[in-house]
Amino acid sequence: MRSPSPITPTAFRLAATTAFRLALAYLGLFVASVLLILGLIYWSTAGLIDAQITDTIEAEIAGLREQYRRRGLPGLIGVVRERTAMPHANALYLIAAPGGTPLAGNLERWPDAARRSAPGWITFDIVTPLPEAEPHPARAATFVLPGGIRLLVGRDLRELEAFEDRVVTALLWALVLTVGLGLPGGWLFGRGALRRIDAINRTTGRIMAGDLGERVPVRGSGDELDRLAQNLNAMLDQIERLMAGMRRTGESIAHDLRTPLGRLRSRLEVALMEAGDEDALRAALADGLTECDRLLATFTALLRIAQAESGALREDFEPVPLAGLAHGVAELYEPAAEDKGLTLEVAADGDPVACGSRQLLSQAVANLLDNAVKYTPPGGRVTLTVAPGAGGAGPRLTVADTGPGIPEAERGRVLQRFVRLEPSRSTPGNGLGLSLVDAVARLHGCRLDLVDNAPGLRVTLDFPPPAAA
Amino acid sequence: MKVLLIEDDRQAADYLVKGLRESGHVVDHAADGTEGLFLAGSEHYDVLIVDRMLPGRDGLELIRLLRAAGNDTPALILSALGSVDDRVKGLRAGGDDYLTKPYAFAELLARIEALGRRKAGAASSETTLQVDDLKMDLLSRRVERAGRPIELLPREFKLLEYLMRNAGHVVTRTMLLENVWDYHFDPQTNVIDVHIARLRQKIDRGFPKPLIHTVRGAGYTLRA
Repeated sequence: MRSPSPITPTAFRLAATTAFRLALAYLGLFVASVLLILGLIYWSTAGLIDAQITDTIEAEIAGLREQYRRRGLPGLIGVVRERTAMPHANALYLIAAPGGTPLAGNLERWPDAARRSAPGWITFDIVTPLPEAEPHPARAATFVLPGGIRLLVGRDLRELEAFEDRVVTALLWALVLTVGLGLPGGWLFGRGALRRIDAINRTTGRIMAGDLGERVPVRGSGDELDRLAQNLNAMLDQIERLMAGMRRTGESIAHDLRTPLGRLRSRLEVALMEAGDEDALRAALADGLTECDRLLATFTALLRIAQAESGALREDFEPVPLAGLAHGVAELYEPAAEDKGLTLEVAADGDPVACGSRQLLSQAVANLLDNAVKYTPPGGRVTLTVAPGAGGAGPRLTVADTGPGIPEAERGRVLQRFVRLEPSRSTPGNGLGLSLVDAVARLHGCRLDLVDNAPGLRVTLDFPPPAAA
Repeated sequence: MKVLLIEDDRQAADYLVKGLRESGHVVDHAADGTEGLFLAGSEHYDVLIVDRMLPGRDGLELIRLLRAAGNDTPALILSALGSVDDRVKGLRAGGDDYLTKPYAFAELLARIEALGRRKAGAASSETTLQVDDLKMDLLSRRVERAGRPIELLPREFKLLEYLMRNAGHVVTRTMLLENVWDYHFDPQTNVIDVHIARLRQKIDRGFPKPLIHTVRGAGYTLRA
């Protein structure tokens, strides 16, 4: 099987990755916050400088007004001349006659803006006589002194503007840097994640193509992708185990059903060859039917196991009193046990209740008793025990016998389908009894243990605690 | 008995119709659910045999419709599905018995005959059963043969009661397991045979004429 997605350049796929989109979103957020912070700084600093200028101008006006009051116009002109004589001063002064003719100051003429408006605050562009200087903004306050003399005190805003320019430039650079660093960062980050997901996809692709032994690489960092890889691997292990089980079952079915089918076939063939005697034909047909029934019983058992394993039967679970169940099944086997010279006992401590299917649990216990009765030699003892769970544990059901037991190494194997320990397979049975017990136990969340009963075999079924069931 | 078989598998139906007719029953056959529903509603039958998967109308739905219309003809459901919950669903829908394919014809025959009898005997609430010189008192739960009392364990009593209620007819091992023990699975070994042997010892031992008979390839029957 081929991967259905067409091959696209990495760049396009990258744009489609979640990691990249996340990086992009973070970048956007980052840029916005940088802009906001710088804007705030700009706004508050510029505002502060502006307020300082206003304060200074007001203080100077108050000072100049005082000079004029004390020393008259000549005194005022003197002070202004003195102040404008300082180099690089950004203070602006202008004293004008009531008609607007400049008397003193460092402005060429009374600004148009001040001429039009009443005395107060104005903003205007200074046009300096120097050719290299461009017109630049200024702010000033004008007022009229007693006697009609007009006074303007202001500040050249060139420096403030330069500061503002610098802040804007810094802002733009910050923006460029943020984008310049964030974009490749996001790209790299996205590519890193993409590469690992690509590795996972390649592996799953190979697995889909049939190589079930393949596993997703785990880096050991314990992050989300690692955990994803671990879960995928665990899932693959489980699938592989189930597949192996299925394959084994398929092979076992093919192998174990060939024998009875072959027997059936030869019996029918012989009957055909000896045709003529009706009684012989009847007997052969009856034998054939018996053989068919045995085959069908095997299939039914396999289906039951499959149903129990699928877990779908859990919907019909009901409370099952275990002592009653044990007594019922033991009663079914009691005559058979007695005929074989065995003692069959039921020891129930109270009547603990398990949640489950009465039919399947009965069948599981019946299979265990069947085995116990079948393999325990005459004079032996088979004990069926039901006990409530101690200390929060669920109830326990035990079937113990004094038969030959199962060697420790074989205890896991006997739960598999069609596994029979006798090589001769002389005792009746299809090798599915314990497989069903195992499947039923798993369906009910039980722990199934096969232990040495010294001598014999003891099988315990530990039910889950009532709350967990 | 008059039997209606509703089964879409031609070959299976032919085989069943032939077998049932040879066993002395009158058989009508419907090949789909709609025809089956029509026949079951318009004619009187003693037993219905309904395949679960039918074209036109599902077998369970058919039985549900019949029951809703007040028709209580005993119905045996045939199904290729065979899990415990399928059986429960079948019985919940109003079926009286459930048999999984593939089945032995003897099993099917024994079951539909038991169903037919169950309906006939449902009206009379007997307190005693008698087969030849074997008597069973259902109230005092006493059993005697030829005037001699016989001690039975509770399960043996139930087993004998079932055999006596179906006296003269074949009951299969599966029927015994289902009706006497309420187990719907087949034990790996034939434990039922051992129980019957026990009962035989108590009922037939010391009497010239045995009452419990083994029917080869089918089961057991109790008859004089």
